[in-house]
Amino acid sequence: MAAVHGDVHGHDDHHPSGIMRWVMTTNHKDIGSMYLWFSLTMFFTGGFLALGIRAELFQPGIQILEPELFNSFTTLHGLIMVFGAIMPAFVGFANWQVPMMIGAPDMAFARMNNWSFWLLPVAASLLVSSFFVPGGAAAGGWTFYPPLSTQGGLGVDMMIFAVHILGASSIMGAINIITTILNMRAPGMKLMDMPLFVWTWLITAYLLVLVMPVLAGTVTMLLTDRHFGTSFFNAAGGGDPVLFQHIFWFFGHPEVYIMILPAFGIVSEIIPTFSRKPLFGYSSMVYATASIAILSCVVWAHHMFTAGMPTVGQLFFMYATMLIAVPTGVKVFNWTATMWQGSMTFETPMLFAIGFIFLFVIGGFSGVICAIVPIDIQVQDTYYVIAHFHYVLVSGALFALFAGAYYWLPKWTGHMYDETLGKWHFWLSMIFFNVTFFVQHFLGLAGMPRRIPDYALQFADFNMISSIGAFGFGTSQLLFVYIVIKCIRSKEAAPEKPWDGATTLEWTHLPTPAPYHSFEKPPVFKPVSH
Amino acid sequence: MAQSNKIEINQTMMKKLLIFSVVMFVFGYAMVPFYEKFCEVAGINNLLQPDKLAKTMEVDTNRWVTVEFDANTRGLPWDFKPLQRSIKFHPGEPVEVMYEITNHSDREITGQAIPSYSPRFLDKHLRKFECFCFTRQVLKPKETRVMPVQFVIEQSLPEHLHTLTISYTFFELPVGSKAVSEK
Repeated sequence: MAAVHGDVHGHDDHHPSGIMRWVMTTNHKDIGSMYLWFSLTMFFTGGFLALGIRAELFQPGIQILEPELFNSFTTLHGLIMVFGAIMPAFVGFANWQVPMMIGAPDMAFARMNNWSFWLLPVAASLLVSSFFVPGGAAAGGWTFYPPLSTQGGLGVDMMIFAVHILGASSIMGAINIITTILNMRAPGMKLMDMPLFVWTWLITAYLLVLVMPVLAGTVTMLLTDRHFGTSFFNAAGGGDPVLFQHIFWFFGHPEVYIMILPAFGIVSEIIPTFSRKPLFGYSSMVYATASIAILSCVVWAHHMFTAGMPTVGQLFFMYATMLIAVPTGVKVFNWTATMWQGSMTFETPMLFAIGFIFLFVIGGFSGVICAIVPIDIQVQDTYYVIAHFHYVLVSGALFALFAGAYYWLPKWTGHMYDETLGKWHFWLSMIFFNVTFFVQHFLGLAGMPRRIPDYALQFADFNMISSIGAFGFGTSQLLFVYIVIKCIRSKEAAPEKPWDGATTLEWTHLPTPAPYHSFEKPPVFKPVSH
Repeated sequence: MAQSNKIEINQTMMKKLLIFSVVMFVFGYAMVPFYEKFCEVAGINNLLQPDKLAKTMEVDTNRWVTVEFDANTRGLPWDFKPLQRSIKFHPGEPVEVMYEITNHSDREITGQAIPSYSPRFLDKHLRKFECFCFTRQVLKPKETRVMPVQFVIEQSLPEHLHTLTISYTFFELPVGSKAVSEK
């Protein structure tokens, strides 16, 4: 392999070609691209499972998936979308953007960066191949509550191992991002001069090192309960399954903010650019992000209101949860105020960013509704909850990812994406997303439970509408792949600075496309007043 | 010089963050005893500690409650049954019932009984002073043992409830594991 020989000669611009370039690369842009392609692949894998679920629910009765397989589909859909699609996609953005936005030549630990990425395909293949082992994939829901998760077969072990690997990858990635941001900023760039995307990722990375080890501990306990005779969660041996829920959600609630804070960051870059105004209330944005992160650590038991808890505990977690609406509201008002009297244009990134604000607020409000104990007891484990978290994760996190992808594609590839097709992608996604998920609020309020392959006849119409929307949404995403490939292959060079309102370093100090090695000499940074 | 200095700063930071991750991993485990202690102090999930007898327990002779007894085993070769199907008494009146277990196998087996009640919130009105479920039970091959449960149903029991069920299920404790009560 010539590629291996090439690498022996030392540290210059020669890098291995072909596949070895990608296996051995330590370049943050290469690794960022790999993260993004990986998460896109996982997005379609998880999407395939989602369409399987929606196809089964198209009509009452069992048509396509046997109940056990249906349960595996819901479980793996959740795990793959959370750990395989959304989280790695944001890490991909961090890899590309954080060094360029703070004027650093690369990530702090380039070799570890390569490791963090290459753990992901291993974990993903464990998850996907668990469908084909005896007993099938894990089927106890993506939250893998015991006793179901202490009982399942080999598929559950593979899932546990995959979660271990994904956790290790996330922790390494987070350590890398924190060190890069804190130690490698361009001279003169103070913390409060950093772009908001960098700020949100700094806080997210701290959340990751705070809670991912706890998740690793939880699944380790599960593993020893299954195979080594411990009884952490086994009532027969004196354990307590409710304890699992506490430890899981101690990780799980900060986790949902891990998936949304970087989305806030992306939107906070895009809204000012296309409003041609500086971000309104920069420092309040930073403090709001930090408050959300801190509050997210003390609200976990709102996932467990029906598990049995003293009233005083329910009240504490209810009020703490509702309190999160305050810093989140600050953010929404700031974005709106940024747009106020701006000379706005509506290119695809801006459309997705505005769609994000609009739909994320709906998801946020249904979150406040779910926080109210008596209502939560009613809607617990119904489609209302499904609708709520898809509004924050799909039209929240995913729309922000699309917005960011369109925003930075010209910088990454040097070519402009097709604006008309991009707008089509936005409007199709926007319409089909709401067709899919808005009706699920009604299903949930009417009492349809989640995680069931069959349902009572009165739910038939809304389910059919939802399934039609889901297939429309899924198909629309193929358009995104086409747009990205068309953009990469395009012969036309993008303008040096396609967005005239952009003010961050990657637009002002680097050519388009960004060179393979950027900021080897730190840029001269002049702070803009916020 | 500046370059190597920078690498050093980065590596110090990595070490700190790695240590922090390990601490958080241990924290996950620390939540287990913390949770148990918390439940004990708050009186939640208090299945295995005897309750204290109130000094003056008034008997409500105006109404009767019937308590039915149920016994199950899960995965161990024991015969487990209450010696009386049900008992009728006044709220506030202390009662004692007997259960019998027999080990039919040829090996020594350790079991732990876990109670469950119907209605679910019965534990708020039930005070147990003595129960075989407070400790693990070790039965030699072919051994039979008769064991008491002493309890009182408090007067706070809602008026509309007349029939209650107390159920126990014996689980086998793996060799070497500790019973709940010994933790």
